[in-house]
Formats: sequence, structure tokens, C-alpha cells
Amino acid sequence: MTYKLNLPLKDEDIAMLKAGDNVLLSGELLTGRDAAHKRLFELIQEGKDLPVNIKGQVIYYVGPAPAKKGHAVGPAGPTSSYRMDKYSPALLDLGLKGMIGKGARNKEVVDAMIRNGAVYFVAIGGAAALISRSIKSTEVICYDDLGTEAIHKFIVEDFPAIVVIDKYGNNIYETEFLKYRK
Amino acid sequence: MTVRTIKDTLIIQTVKKLFMDCNYYIGDDIMASLKNAKNNEKSPVGQSVLNQLIQNNEIAGNEDIPICQDTGMAVLFVEYGDKVVIDGEMSFAEAVNEGVRQAYIEGYLRKSVVSDPVFDRINTKDNTPAIIYTDIVSGDKIKFTVSCKGFGSENMSAIKMLTPSAGIEGVKSFILDTVRYAGPNPCPPIIVGVGIGGTFDKAAQLAKKATIRPINIKNPDKRFADLENELLVAINNMGFGPAGLGGNTTALGVNIETYPTHIAGMPVAVNICCHAARHKETVI
Repeated sequence: MTYKLNLPLKDEDIAMLKAGDNVLLSGELLTGRDAAHKRLFELIQEGKDLPVNIKGQVIYYVGPAPAKKGHAVGPAGPTSSYRMDKYSPALLDLGLKGMIGKGARNKEVVDAMIRNGAVYFVAIGGAAALISRSIKSTEVICYDDLGTEAIHKFIVEDFPAIVVIDKYGNNIYETEFLKYRK
Repeated sequence: MTVRTIKDTLIIQTVKKLFMDCNYYIGDDIMASLKNAKNNEKSPVGQSVLNQLIQNNEIAGNEDIPICQDTGMAVLFVEYGDKVVIDGEMSFAEAVNEGVRQAYIEGYLRKSVVSDPVFDRINTKDNTPAIIYTDIVSGDKIKFTVSCKGFGSENMSAIKMLTPSAGIEGVKSFILDTVRYAGPNPCPPIIVGVGIGGTFDKAAQLAKKATIRPINIKNPDKRFADLENELLVAINNMGFGPAGLGGNTTALGVNIETYPTHIAGMPVAVNICCHAARHKETVI
């Protein structure tokens, strides 16, 4: 199935999504990768407030290339998600509803997704120039000193992604390759 | 042969152009391989992914923008003619790094290098320093072969100090285990660079060099060429497919480079590269 969905995601949208579905996302996304996740995680551990409200949000693991004149953003494909595994459960427990990246997640992340009703999307790794066409504007929310790793707000229109792990824990990375394995 | 003088500015311009081209323009060997793979891919999702990658490469080339947001760490293999003298203020390494700096700043490439790897991890803001491997060769020219190496795939690479009794089966197992462990992470379909022999460091360097050999050129030793083909079939039988979403295209190529080694050793390094395998070369 292909669904056109608005961000932030509604609980009923997340409940409907099954691993293997295609989505076209429109609305606001937050971005964050290694360095920003580390900072957010350390604040959570210290019991401090975060500089950005992540409740109900979707985070896209990306560090875009600089934008050329006339472009809203430079190429902006997903980075490998497993590097965020250490930090994601804490963010999910604070109400994060979705993550977009590429590659496998560990059991702790999947457990936290099931516990909190969240979804893991994958964007096509390396299709950065193509994906950037669905990003209409960007704005730094915090951690400007991190450059490409700062937390941005992206406004996206029909951003293409695939549900790889749904809120029930179904994971097409674990099932699809078996159909083609010889 | 007489000494030849090359201006430092020519080195800067050459390196700058190589890294911009490397990031914008996909190699002909890779594009042909992706198109071929699309026709042979059994999974509809896999076909769609390959189609998006082909489209992505066309957009990047037409608009002079990077193929991938990870514009990589700058790696150069240099064959430096022993009759070349550099004229100018800069040393060879300074000129190379200046070329990298200008490419990444003026070419809208992402700056992805941090100063120290453990403590501060402060971005150097110009993607330097580059990794420069220099071989002194006879002649009056300089050959540059460059790669902008992304770390999604670099992180999935591995090295093992096998010993002679492991034999060919040990070599195969280690390579296949490394690819299997990487699974969907390194942006498949991948290019697998393998370095066998030498020392610990030499094997890793050979593996990197293997990733920048065009995938339509096989190892000149038939035994290793056959091993490349056998491993490619075995990897594609793993089923990960394009983007790891299932399919029969997990790798586009396996390139093996070798070097003599010690009587007690058989080092094997596996350097994994994403489907773009960005590299360019030129001679000045």
C-alpha cells in the first residue's frame, strides 16, 4: 500500500501502517544525527529540558550537503540508523513517534517502538539528490554549532519512505531477504 | 629524462576538479551496471530502488550537485614521477589539501571531517586533511586516482589476520561473513573491495584500492578473477537486494587486489563501498 500522510503523524495513521507500506510524507520533520542525538541523550540523563519538543514528532537521520543557489537544501539522503540505537529508546519514551533512516535497528529500539507506538521508516540510501526535491524549506532549530549535524526543521512535500518496522514490531529487513536467498 | 617543473597551482586545480567531478558524476561502469541490474532484478521493490538510484545519478550529473549528501573523506592514490619538482609556495601535501579545501567549499560538498576522533570531534570545516597514499614511480608525470569515501559503507568494513592454514575457504568465509553482517546498512548494491596479503596496513590499503578499480575490469590473475566471480554470485544469493529490502542484486562487483605476504600470514581486508563507488583519475 502507498499512503499519503500529513505530519505530525496521528496515532490512527501509525496503527494502520504495516511493514512494507510506502508512504509520501508532507509537513514538518525534525532532523538529527549522531552529535545532536548525543546531546539530547545527555540532557535526558541529567533530567534537563530539551531545546526542542520531540513529542509526536518524526526525526529524519540526515546531514544535508550545502544548498546551491536556488535550491532549498542540498542533497539530503538518510544516514545509517544503527548509530542512533543507543539514544533512540530514551527519545521514544519521551514521545517521539517516528524515525527515518536506513539500515537495521537493534532490539532495544524495536522494543521501545512497540512500547510507545512508533514507526521506523527507511528512505533510499544514496538517492540524496532525488530525495532533496521533496524538501521545500529548512530552518535550524538548535545546535547551530554542529553545522550539518544541527537539528533542523524540514518542510517536506510527498517525501518518499518505506515502513520497515511497524509499531507491532514487524520488520521487513528480517523477512524480505529470505524470499530471495538461495 | 630531465626534471619537469609543475606549478603548485596546477596541483590545486587538478585535485579540486577531481573531487567535484567525483561527487557529481557517476562512473560509466557503475551506471551501466545499475541499468543491467535493474533488468535482472527479480524483486519489484528492488527494481524500483535501482530505478531511483539511476534517476538520482542523472539528477546529480545534470545539476552539478552531489550524488549523495555524504560527500566522503578525500582519499588519493598518487603515482608521483621522480622527475617532478613542484614550483610554488606549497609542498605537495599542502597543494593537495588546498585542492580538497576548495572543492568542498566552492563545490557545495559536505564537510564531514572532525579534528580529533575521540575527544572534541570538532569539524575542520573544509573536509581536510585528505588521506594521501603516494608511490614514487619513474617518470615526469603525476597520476591522481581519488575517491570520496562515504562512511555508511566504510563502517561496515573489516580486517582479519588469517593464517596460512585458513586457506582459500578461510578467505571466502571472512569476506562473506563481513558482507552478511553489513546486511542492509552500507547502501546495497555494494562494491566489495578485498585486499589480501602484505601486512596489516597493506591489506587495508589494497582493499581501498580495490574499491576504486572499475568493476568491469577483473583481476589479471585468473584464479583471483574466478574468486571475484564466485564471491559475487554468493553475495547476490544472500538476498538482501537493493537498499536491503530484498532481491537478487546485493553487490555490483567484487574486486580483489593482492600483494606478497609473510610465511606466517594471510591478512584479508574487506572494504565495502556503496552503490556509487565514487572515484575519478587523471594524469598531469
